[in-house]
Formats: sequence, C-alpha cells, structure tokens
Amino acid sequence: MIQADLTIILPEIVLAVYAMAALIGAVYTTKDGLAPVLIWATSGLMALLAIWIATNGDGTNVAFNGMFVDDGFSRFAKVAILLSAAAVLLMSQDYMSRRGLLRFEYPLLVALAAVGMMMMVSAGDLMSLYMGLELQSLALYVVAALRRDSAKSTEAGLKYFVLGALSSGLLLYGASLVYGFTGTTLFSGIIQTVHHGDVSVGLLFGLIFLISGLAFKVSAVPFHMWTPDVYEGSPTPITAFFATAPKVAAMALFARLLHDAFGGVIKDWQQVIVLLSVLSMLLGAVAAIGQRDIKRLMAFSSIAHMGYALIGLAAGTEMGVKAMLMYLAIYVTMNIGTFAFILMMERDGKPVTDIDALRQYSKRDPGKALAVLILMFSLAGVPPMLGFFAKFGVWQAGVSAGLTGLVIVSAIASVIGAFYYLRIVFYMYFGEENEDPIETRSTPVLWVALMGSAALMLVGIFYQFGVEGAAAAAAATLVN
Amino acid sequence: MDNILSIVTFIPAVAAAILALFLHGDDDAAQRNAKWVALVATTVTFLVSIGIYTGFDPSNTGFQMVEEGEWLLGLKYKMGVDGISVLFVLLTTFIMPLTILASWNVTDRVKEYMIAFLLLETLMLGVFMALDLVLFYLFFEAGLIPMFLIIGIWGGANRIYASFKFFLYTFLGSVLMLVAMVAMYADAGTTDIEALMSHQFSSESFSVLGVYIVGGMQTLMFLAFFASFAVKMPMWPVHTWLPDAHVQAPTAGSVVLAAILLKMGGYGFLRFSLPMFPVGSAVMTDLVLWMSAIAVVYTSLVALVQEDMKKLIAYSSVAHMGFVTMGIFAANQQGIDGAIFQMISHGFISAALFLCVGVIYDRMHTRDIDAYGGLVIRMPAYALVFMLFTMANVGLPGTSGFIGEFLTLMGAFQVNTWVTAVAATGVIFSAGYALWLYRRVVFGDLIKESLKAMTDMSSRERLIFAPLIVMTILLGVYPSLVTDVIGDSTAALISNYDTALAAAEAVIQTAASH
Repeated sequence: MIQADLTIILPEIVLAVYAMAALIGAVYTTKDGLAPVLIWATSGLMALLAIWIATNGDGTNVAFNGMFVDDGFSRFAKVAILLSAAAVLLMSQDYMSRRGLLRFEYPLLVALAAVGMMMMVSAGDLMSLYMGLELQSLALYVVAALRRDSAKSTEAGLKYFVLGALSSGLLLYGASLVYGFTGTTLFSGIIQTVHHGDVSVGLLFGLIFLISGLAFKVSAVPFHMWTPDVYEGSPTPITAFFATAPKVAAMALFARLLHDAFGGVIKDWQQVIVLLSVLSMLLGAVAAIGQRDIKRLMAFSSIAHMGYALIGLAAGTEMGVKAMLMYLAIYVTMNIGTFAFILMMERDGKPVTDIDALRQYSKRDPGKALAVLILMFSLAGVPPMLGFFAKFGVWQAGVSAGLTGLVIVSAIASVIGAFYYLRIVFYMYFGEENEDPIETRSTPVLWVALMGSAALMLVGIFYQFGVEGAAAAAAATLVN
Repeated sequence: MDNILSIVTFIPAVAAAILALFLHGDDDAAQRNAKWVALVATTVTFLVSIGIYTGFDPSNTGFQMVEEGEWLLGLKYKMGVDGISVLFVLLTTFIMPLTILASWNVTDRVKEYMIAFLLLETLMLGVFMALDLVLFYLFFEAGLIPMFLIIGIWGGANRIYASFKFFLYTFLGSVLMLVAMVAMYADAGTTDIEALMSHQFSSESFSVLGVYIVGGMQTLMFLAFFASFAVKMPMWPVHTWLPDAHVQAPTAGSVVLAAILLKMGGYGFLRFSLPMFPVGSAVMTDLVLWMSAIAVVYTSLVALVQEDMKKLIAYSSVAHMGFVTMGIFAANQQGIDGAIFQMISHGFISAALFLCVGVIYDRMHTRDIDAYGGLVIRMPAYALVFMLFTMANVGLPGTSGFIGEFLTLMGAFQVNTWVTAVAATGVIFSAGYALWLYRRVVFGDLIKESLKAMTDMSSRERLIFAPLIVMTILLGVYPSLVTDVIGDSTAALISNYDTALAAAEAVIQTAASH
C-alpha cells in the first residue's frame, strides 16, 4: 500500500528531496557560487514536474487514507504554481545577483515553498492542509527577509511572520473546533457529518475561523494588512513570487476546503465569502489610488483581484470554480509580465519603484511601453484583453448563482480600479517630461516574460492553449 | 465575397499592424509613409464597403451577409448588417479617410497616431456589425483605448483631465451594461443577438429593497443598457464628458467622436433597448422623452454662452442627439426613421463643423471665438463652406439637418405633444447660437492684426470638405437615399415592439395604477 501512496505523491517527493540534497550539496561546496546554477536547475525541475503532472495525471487518486488527494483540480493548481514559480525564479536571477542577494538558499526556499503549496492544493485532511500551509509560510517568511541588512526587508519578514502566525493560530483553532464537532479531520468525513444533520454552532465557528485563516493567506480584506508592507519591503523578485504562486495555492486550497469539506452547506459560507469579496474589491480599488510606489500599488491590485476571484468561489458552483481557476491563471500571467517590467525599472543601477519615474517612458522605449499598456488595460479588465474575459467569467458565474448584487458592486469597483492602471499608462504616454529618466535594463528572460505575457493577453482571445478545457475539467472533479 | 464584413472591418487593423511592424524611424519620409498607408487603407476600406451597400437588400428585414464562427467560452464570432446598421457602417468608412486627410499636419508621433486611428476604425465598424452580445461589448469597449490615447497624447492643454473623464465616464456606463449582458446570458442561455431579439425577457414586476419595479427584469436591464448608451450618446445630464473631450481632442479626434462614436449610443438603443426590452422601454419612455427635451433646450442655452468654438459645437451636438433619443423613443416610423436620419446627417454636419474649426485652429492655434472676426475678407471660400454647414446645423430646409429634425419632431408629436413643443424651441435656439457664432467669427471688420495674414483654404482642405458638402445637400434634397434603406427594417422593429407591448398590456396597466 505504501508504495502506491508514494507513487501518488512522487512529484512532491522529488522536489523536496531535490531541495534538501541541493541544500547540503551547496553548503559543502561553493555556497553562493552555486546559486545561478541552482536557479536554473530549480526552475528546470519545476517546469519538468509541471509537464509531468499535466501529461501523466489521470483520474482521482487518494493517498494516505484520504489525507492527500491527487485529482484534476489539484493538478491544474500545481501546474500553475510550478510554472509561475519557475518563471519568477528565472526572472529574478539578474536582479538578485547584481544586488548581492543571490544566495543559494533562495531558489531552494522557493522550491520548498512550492512543495508546501503542492501539499496545500492536494490536502484532503485538516492535518495535511496545515502541514502544507506551514511549509509554504515558513519558507516565505524567510525569503521576505532575504535582504538582511535592509530595515524594510527585515520589517517585511517579521511583520509577515507575526501576522502569519496569528492567522495560523486562527486556522488551527478553527480546525480543532471542526474536529471537536465532527470527530474527524478528514474532509470526506466532515462533509458526511455536514450532510447528515444541521450544522451546529460550534462547527459554524470552526468554519469561520478556518475561513479567516485562509483569507489571510489570500490577503482578502479585512485580513490584508500585511500585504502592502510585505510587498513593498521585500526585494522585488520576492514580491513577484508573493503575487503569483502562493495566491494560486491559497485560493485553490480555499476552494478545496469549502467544496470538499463544507460543500453541503454552501449557504452558510457563501455570505462570508461574498463579504470578503466585496470588501477586497472595494478596498483594493480605492486604496491604490493614492499609491505612488508601484509595488504597493500592485499589492492593492492583488487584493482587488483576489476579491474578483472570490466571486467565483462565492458562487459555490462548478461554473464558479472554473471561472475562479481561469481568473487565477490569467491573473498570474498578467502579474508575471508586470513584475518583469518592475524588475527592469532602475536608475543608475538602483531599483526604482516610484511611478513618477515612468514619465514619457513611451518615447524612450515604445515596444516595452506598449506591452505595459496592454498589461495595464488587461489588469483593469478592459476588452479586448484577456483580463476582461477573466472578469466576464466570474461575473457570469456570479449572476447564474443569483449574486447579482455582488456582481454590480464588483463592476463599480472595477471602474474605480481602472483609474490607477490608467494612471500608469498616463505617465508613460502623456506625462510631463522627466528630467531624471529611468533606464530599463532588460535581460532576455525579463524581455520574454514581459512581451510574452503581453502577447498572451491578446492571443488568448483567440486561443487559450487548452487552459479553459483544463479548468473546466478541474472544476468538474472538485464540485460534484 | 462571403466574408465582406470581416474584410471591411479588419482592413484598417491589418494596415495598423503593417505600420507597427514594418515602419521604423520618425523622419519626414517615415511620417509621410505612415500618412499614406493610413489614407490608402481607409480609402480601400470605404471602396470595399460600397460592396456592402450594393449587395444589401433593403426589403429583407433580417440580418444579411451573416458570418458565424466558434469562439472561446461558448461565445460566437458573428457579424451581420441589417437596415439599421448598414448606413452606420458606411458613415464610418466614409468619414475615416477624411479624418486622416485632416490630420496631414500632425508631426508628433505620426506612426502611433495613424495606428490609433486605424484600430479605432476597426473597432467602430465591429460595433455596428457584431451580432454577438459579448463581441459587441468587446468592440464597444475596446474603442475607448485608442480614443483615450488620442485625446491624451495629441490633445490640447487640459488633455489629461479630459481623457480620464472620457474613459472613466464611459467605462462606468459600460460595465453596468456588461452586468446586464451577463444576466441576459444567464436568462436566455445564448449571446446571439438575433436569438436574443426573439427571446422574451420576464417583465413581471417585483420589489427590490422595498422599491417596486414596474416591468421587473426588463426595466432593470433597460436601465443598465441605458447607463451605457446614455453616456455614449450623450444625454443630459451625463453629457459633461463630451465638451471636455471635444475641446481637448485633436481635430480628427473630435470629428470621429462627433460623427461616429456618438452614434453608437443611438445604435445601441435601436439594437438592444427597443427590441430586447420593449416593456422596459415603454415604462421608461416618458422619462427619456423629457430628458431629451430638456437636453435640447438646456444644452442649446449653454451653447449660447460658450467662448470656445469647439465647446459650442460640442453642446450643439448634445442638443441634436436630444432629437435622436426623442425620435427613437417615440417608437413610430417617422420617429425612428428620423432618428437614424438625424444621426447620419449629424455625422456629416458635425464632422464638417469640427473640420471648419480645425481649419482656422491650424492657422491661429486658438479656439477662442473672440480671437476671430471678419474672416470673410481673407477667406471667402472658407466663409462659404462654414456658412453652408452652419445652416445645415440649424436645420435649414434643403440640407440634411432639416429632414432629421422634422421627422423626429413629427414622430414625437404623435406620442407626446408637450415634449415636442419644448423640443421644437430648440430649433430656434440652435439658429441663435449657430448664427451668432458665424457672425462673430466670419463677419465684422477685420481689425485684428494677427488675422490679416490668414490664407484661404488649401486644396487639401477643399478636398476634405467636398464630399461632406455633397452628402449634406444630397440627403437634404433626396432623403429617400437613406429612408429607403432603413424603412423596412424600422417598420419590422416597430411592429415587433408593438406586438411585444400588446402582449405585456397587463404589466403596463399595473404600471399606470401604481
């Protein structure tokens, strides 16, 4: 039996063993000198695993008595997580090495975080959920504080750690309540109890605490306070990482928990998710207006985007989960492109994050400015960019689930939010001439990431490379 | 040609792609090439689009030259024209070469400028031809991006404010429409416009948050679409973005805005609001009619006191669009025919008026009315052209402006006498502001030193105005050119509308009792 179980979690084992072996190997050899190789090796391995998972996975397999579930849904999330983590790692190499941040632990911590995320999306039990979540979080706390000599970076790491510990506490408390009132930590057991009788107040409390803990991880309002500071303080490649893979993992885990364990009582959690969604969209839209720092701006943007993705979750239907997965895939693609550009922004070798610095950028580099323009309009959800179809999908799911009010609020929030994306376009194209212009140092990897994701925003209208079909299949396995 | 509609729609986009990919540098030669590519592309588009007109059968009230293909998310790529849309397609292809010609003096980022205009043409044509709800939205909304850039990059001194206002105003209107579209999809299970026209949306009245909504779903959806089209139109009181956008946009931008983009609102009412939500439309008719009448009078009065020529013409556009909404919601043959006629005619006249402003703006770089006076002495040909279009704007019989105003007033008179009486005063006001503008700019003594060196119109400028003059007078003396094409389609639209209303008589009755 154990062999069958191990086969199912083989991708996770491979990545974990690789990370540990590489850690030991690097310690005993040249340490940081090995970092560039490790970056490429880690990204390569992640990409290979993604291909392996995408092509080899079949059906629903359960390992370790239901603690670990390998199904279409988890495979979709894993592929998204691995590919985005690999892309972000590659993008960061040049930036990190020129600032002396390229330590060998960095790619390995990202790999360990990825293992944690893969555990999260495959969790079939509150225990494995927590294991995955903590593995991911601990790795992320460390990378947030990677720049040890910078007060801001250390502050970001510490803040993330303290608040993250608080949310883990909430989550654990919720898990213990759920265990106490259902007598099991298995999702399949919980859902049976939930199906059988009415939900007791204690179980409801447990559910709410679990949701609060997860809302922290997806940075949904009102559990978002850490996001802007951590995004701003962390080195930019780390911020790019925060904005992509962990968001997918946390949202997928959210969907898995609510559907697999509490699928029978949609009405009980739907209102909570609706509230989280509304608050996230509105705060994300309004608070970003005053931001001058593009990393903080992207933090609020990600809060707002998680709000939109939560609409799909709030719908509580297969269509909703599919729309949510599509939203996440498109969101991650847009963010990789945008952060590739942010990584390029610098002046005299120093990174610049002030959006004022972009004044009249289009005159100096029309190609990249156009790519950023496309990404910004896509983030704002303006057709014909793919970002519009992401919103259209979740709205469609929301309306057919009877959440018209939520959809109207999100429509209004998207208009408010459009303002700050437009402002970046405004600086690049119409702003006053800047006496101290920025340079954009582009490496081939960054260039490909920026141009590729901008091109995808347009090509995606005609062809989605099978992502839509995969999302539909993934949603079908989760909701039944 | 089976897919002539797609060909016409995408010729400009292909030209834009060619410019983007193959034209490098920003020297004189490159700029000239960009202009010629744009001019040739738009002219070819116009010539090919004549094929749509000749192949069009006015007696067939359904959609013609339909193209259909699969697209993502279960949506379809479906294009087609009927009597209501075909003339807007032609108006667009007709105006675009003129706007390119009018931009011949642009020197700043010419390549990007031409790309923006070419993409804009593709998107505008797509709006008038799309037969899928989401495809329509895509074109409708994507048109904001090039226009935002045109105003923002090549606009006047206060262009930033104007471009943001333009974008956010119209964006807010359209996302509400999108929500309604999503609801329509959920209700009817299709986004095909043809199928949606025959789908009956529920008109059962209900209460939301204690507010009793007569006409239920239909009224709510009508309002959501209304939010979008009324802003686009623009109707009083959501017209305030238009004067700003017009004043700051470059001449060609103003021309496209006035001649084509504004027509999307009216087209939307005819394509969506009336046929798909007849009960909702009937419930809201009185409100819309009064808003139109107020728009005509109020904006005419505002136009009277403007100091800026473009602003004055912009307000006069709002007033003329008031006649259009009045005609549409009169919902009878004269009203709707007149509304479409008015839109087409306003397309020519307002384009010409903005070009007239452009002619002297190019020479003096000011739009202040006070800066001019006595131009007739130095510019007789200009004075003649300007006079013709001023008269057409006023609605002088013999010009196309008269037919549109007359038909819409006649249509509205049968429905609501008081609204018509109020709106008819707008005709007098329009004579007031238009003639006064003309007097202050063209007549009087030529006392300002700066004006004494003014030259009359160049041959390029004469070439731009010639087709507009021909069309304005031709449509004025031979309106059947338009009404024959649209007549049967509007008749079908009205009979469907009346049938739907008769079926929903009960709802209207309860509306009256509430």
